[in-house]
Amino acid sequence: VTALIHILTASHVAGKDLATIARAAERTFAAPVQVEAIRLDLDKAFDASRSQYSSGILLAEILSQISSTTNEKYIVVVDVDLYIPVLTFIFGEAQFRGPAAIVSTHRLSNLFYGIPNDKGKLVIRLAKEVVHELGHTFGLYHCHQFECVMRSSTYVEEIDLKRVEMCAQCASLIHEACQTGMEKA
Amino acid sequence: MDNNSSLLIIDDENIVRDSLSRWFREDGFTIGTAENAAAALRKLQDQRWDVILLDIKMPGMDGMELQQRIMEIDPTATIIFITAHASVDTAVQALKHGAFDYVTKPIDPDYLSHLVQNALKQRHLATENIKLKESITEFFKADDIIGDSPQMQNVYELIQTVAPTDTTVMIRGESGTGKELIARAIHSNSQRRYFPIVTVNCGALPEGILESELFGHERGAFTGAQYRRKGKLELADGGTLFLDEVGNISMKTQMDLLRVLETKQFTRVGGNEIIKVDFRVICATNKDLERAIADGTFREDLYYRLNVFTIVVPPLRERKSDIPLMANYFVKKYAQIMGKPITTIASGAMDVLVRYDWPGNVRELENAIERAMVVGTPPCISPQNLPFQLMDKKKKHSGGSLAAMEKEHIEGTLVGNNWNISRSADILGIDRVTLYNKIAKYGLQKPA
Repeated sequence: VTALIHILTASHVAGKDLATIARAAERTFAAPVQVEAIRLDLDKAFDASRSQYSSGILLAEILSQISSTTNEKYIVVVDVDLYIPVLTFIFGEAQFRGPAAIVSTHRLSNLFYGIPNDKGKLVIRLAKEVVHELGHTFGLYHCHQFECVMRSSTYVEEIDLKRVEMCAQCASLIHEACQTGMEKA
Repeated sequence: MDNNSSLLIIDDENIVRDSLSRWFREDGFTIGTAENAAAALRKLQDQRWDVILLDIKMPGMDGMELQQRIMEIDPTATIIFITAHASVDTAVQALKHGAFDYVTKPIDPDYLSHLVQNALKQRHLATENIKLKESITEFFKADDIIGDSPQMQNVYELIQTVAPTDTTVMIRGESGTGKELIARAIHSNSQRRYFPIVTVNCGALPEGILESELFGHERGAFTGAQYRRKGKLELADGGTLFLDEVGNISMKTQMDLLRVLETKQFTRVGGNEIIKVDFRVICATNKDLERAIADGTFREDLYYRLNVFTIVVPPLRERKSDIPLMANYFVKKYAQIMGKPITTIASGAMDVLVRYDWPGNVRELENAIERAMVVGTPPCISPQNLPFQLMDKKKKHSGGSLAAMEKEHIEGTLVGNNWNISRSADILGIDRVTLYNKIAKYGLQKPA
């Protein structure tokens, strides 16, 4: 069974950059990747007291818009700052072994940290986060391997340290998951 | 990162439970959630949780009260409070009652990850520590004191009675009766068992050296004292100080020792710093201290300080029924050390061992068995393998008429088998009735 991955954008990331990210995901998951646009009601997820957007509410809206099948995965790219109630922020969130995930470019951009913009860096970071969150939807846990894309990152510098690829062990788990209809990893 | 750790999230808000579950699930945790105290207590009855994330404000029983209930179920529980309503008072209370940490929402993701990882590390260390202590306790149970004679049963009872207390113990007994083993058994069964037992052989060292050995010395205190050195008193801090051959201490050191035992503080040789120590004292002697007091060679006040609880270890000749048990124990011990397949002692050889008086007590018996194991040929130790003096002793005792020899042989066998009639009759190759007749004929009596 071959997976079909949808990258749904509600962001300002350029089409050619999303195509680059799609190729990275194609290589990792050995599955075709489609880039499409999505319209989200961001206001519904906005928390004025935090000036941030609830990833949980956005994920619920994404799920209401997609037609979920066992061999399709959806990842949405947004520009807004995401949070979950207990944490100050998140780069992205995935439904573990589920169909949907979300990532934000907000804290991946150098501009957020008050340093000159670097578009190339932003695209690489976004590619890593897209692959990372998709990995969770396939059932992968965080990895201890220093350079593996599945390593947990809570700082943008940690994202820069890891590669866009998976380590051999995570790659074999993904291969197994794709072979068994994306159900197990 | 498929870790084997478990995490229980207790929060009345569904969205908090869900988001935390998703966050930690990606790290491979086994996640449990509870929306209130009752649900949490049910989850805690079902299994042990490595880390518990606990909200403070909940309807019904709040987090602070729940923490105390959790600690009653699992005193080692690792609890992290997560609250949106922080106050100094609740933070102090939570930490006072044993919470691992107290954090306010929202939390930096990196901080929360590290916090949970640190909590897990501490939990694993605590668990490892408990296991190690249990293994130490097991190890101590298997001590080397052998003997099931009534005299030794009495000694075991005394050890059990005095060990848990902090009382000073004086162990008296002839040389080689195993006084140090008794001291170690007391220490191993005391509250101080995780601290060292430090032995000072008072009989082996000249006065000046003993003083430095006990109290330590400062650099330059005497010629050759190039470095500061801790004494045995300092090394025994928290544990037990075992003063072996205490009857051999000089009058001057006796006075110094008395002062330390009374004040539990001292100064190193050549130093002014007062060092406070906390140790239990066990001492041993084979000397007649009462006579030494009368002779003026042992201080009476020190005697009363040390002689609080006395254990007298009986000499081996007074508990001959222990000899076969001990001899077999030493055979097993040396067979393992030497890798020699000797497993038993021939009945003739055992008879020699039981008859002998053992002036050197257990130490002499152990040496005799070790020697026999060296010269003996598998599978058993024969009388010829025993040292000459044992054989000579047997010859000396065995002289006289045939009847006297028979009486002596029967008596030795009975004693060697703890007056077990069936077993003794078996060894002697006679039936039980004949043995009873012989016992009556020779007027043999089982010792009280």
